[in-house]
Amino acid sequence: MNAPAAAEIVVERLQKRFGRFVAVDEVSFEVGRGQILGFLGPNGAGKSTIIRILCGLLRPSAGSVRVDGIDVSRDPEAVRQRIGYMSQKFSLYADLTVAENLRFYGGIYGVRGAALGARLRHALDIAGLAGREQQLAGTLAGGWKQRLALGCAILHAPHILFLDEPTSGVDPLSRRRFWDLIHDLAAGGVSVIVSTHHMDEAEYCNRIALISQGRLIALGSPGELRRHALGGVLMRVEGHPLERLLERLRGFPATRDVAVFGNAVHVLLDAAAADDEAALRAFLAGQGVADVHVDRAEPSLEDVFVQLVGAQPREREAVR
Amino acid sequence: MKLRRVRAIALKELLQTWRDPRSLMMALLVPVMQMLLLGYGVNLDIQHVPVCTLDEEGSFFSQALLKRFQASRYFELVEALKRPGDIAGAMDQGRCRLALVVPADFSRTIAQTSHGTLQAIVDATDDNSAALATAYANAVIAGFSANVQAVAMQRQGLPVQPPALVVQSRVWFNEDLESRNFIIPGVVALVLALVGAQLTSLTIAREWERGTMELLVSTPVTPMELLVGKLAPYFVIGLLDAGICLAFALVWFEVPFRGAFTTLLVTTSLFLVVVLSMGYLVSVTIRSQVGASQIALLLTVMPISLLSGYAFPIDQMPAPIQAITYAIYARYYVTILKAVFLKGSGLAALALPVLALVAYAIALAWLAARAFRKRIE
Repeated sequence: MNAPAAAEIVVERLQKRFGRFVAVDEVSFEVGRGQILGFLGPNGAGKSTIIRILCGLLRPSAGSVRVDGIDVSRDPEAVRQRIGYMSQKFSLYADLTVAENLRFYGGIYGVRGAALGARLRHALDIAGLAGREQQLAGTLAGGWKQRLALGCAILHAPHILFLDEPTSGVDPLSRRRFWDLIHDLAAGGVSVIVSTHHMDEAEYCNRIALISQGRLIALGSPGELRRHALGGVLMRVEGHPLERLLERLRGFPATRDVAVFGNAVHVLLDAAAADDEAALRAFLAGQGVADVHVDRAEPSLEDVFVQLVGAQPREREAVR
Repeated sequence: MKLRRVRAIALKELLQTWRDPRSLMMALLVPVMQMLLLGYGVNLDIQHVPVCTLDEEGSFFSQALLKRFQASRYFELVEALKRPGDIAGAMDQGRCRLALVVPADFSRTIAQTSHGTLQAIVDATDDNSAALATAYANAVIAGFSANVQAVAMQRQGLPVQPPALVVQSRVWFNEDLESRNFIIPGVVALVLALVGAQLTSLTIAREWERGTMELLVSTPVTPMELLVGKLAPYFVIGLLDAGICLAFALVWFEVPFRGAFTTLLVTTSLFLVVVLSMGYLVSVTIRSQVGASQIALLLTVMPISLLSGYAFPIDQMPAPIQAITYAIYARYYVTILKAVFLKGSGLAALALPVLALVAYAIALAWLAARAFRKRIE
């Protein structure tokens, strides 16, 4: 979880209130050059709000945001020149063609002359839209629209990209292709923040920020999160019937949480308990539950997420 | 301000207008429709007033008088009534607005007393045209009377004496006293305000409604670049519309144009800056296309048609209303238009209304430039 040396995005104790509602609560993180940071969390968790603050669309209520060394509150225009942004909702002009949309943003970002032609071709290539230049953007299918939006966002070759749910409403194959594009860009030195509520997409990120109810509840690489974020040991117990197994497992002293997972039960045990497997087997045998299969389980990000969110207090009102 | 950005926005705006049938119709068809509708519809002249006659004498003399009415372009004899009781019916049904009754002893009374009387009954539902019709009728009868007198004098071998005092009135600037000449220049103001404010009232609201503003705000474009880029295409469309109106006024309605085109161009440009900035301001504030277009309509058509003096003279309004008209930006442009069309006035003669327009243009453009904030809250 160490911050990279050359952090391009530095967010410190960021807070955003809308009236008494706290949308973003004391969030801090850093993103290094060429890194992909994924914002993972349910709808309404505050992912979009953070990204909008980073783009200078919303003013933070407290805390500081520095993008490429520039304070967003002080000089939002300088930040805007350096970033590319893809909003959650399709924000291009439906009544303009693919080429007209690209050329418009080229003009807005001041890409000129020969560079413009090269950038246009590059964007069309990346988005896979070559041959569709004259099609009205509004008539493109969902995945194509998203790729055009990405094409427009990278037209001026920004080295920082904010992508807000770029794959929502996109079919799995297009999603895969989209992530390939993001990885290509990151390999070229572009720092990316991307939000998603697809758990499986989190694995594509270098680091993940788990966000729930406006708070950053975990930050790290997917591996780090799986191994450490739970703060305990995860066991997988198979046996019949599940209901009785569930009930008995709740009675085990080291148990912190129990949940049905497919045709087995996942039990989270205190990390301090030594030789968990044997102890658990002995306990179940003592309870008259034999014929069970117990082994250590590698937690999925979903396990981590469900566990951490469940541990979070529900209230979300500002305390004055 | 980066010209490249302004150009990108202007081009985009033009493409969107071109592809939106409603905007296109507003830009090109509405000026023609308004010009025809108001050019023909708002006509304060009275001509060809339908007249019924009741000639109780039926002599050569009485018919000569009535023929004089027929000869006037202000009147048209439509019906010869038989009985006095028919007059009320003819007026009620709108068959005539003026009824002339020649009494049975008309010639005899004149011969005996050298004074004659005839009755004119006028439908004064519309008091303005009734007064005009009465005045025209008096003029026709006075002409007839003078003629009769002269003939009688000649018959007696006396020299014909002209009346002692004659007013030789000469009408300037609108020689034919055509109300159309007076109204049509003002219609240009109405059309430009209507079209200009309507089109621009949509321009920012549309971006908010369609969600395209979110992305636009995230770019380095400045509020000033956005303002200029958004208004430039509508400025060109506005000048084009002014050209259409001018062509209609001169070619179709044959309104005289005595001024210089440059005077018209300068003042029209100023007026366009005022209405376009106003529409933009409304669009920034309201953020919804329907709402913005309604407000823009309220700010243009209502005050301009009633208070700008384009059809209804300001100096005939009550004093408090006259005071209000000074706040109506279009009042100054209408004054300028009428003076340029009919009097041929130049900028120097029009210094006051031109300065008022300049003040309005600067104030509204300044407000419009400040109104837009690059935040989505």
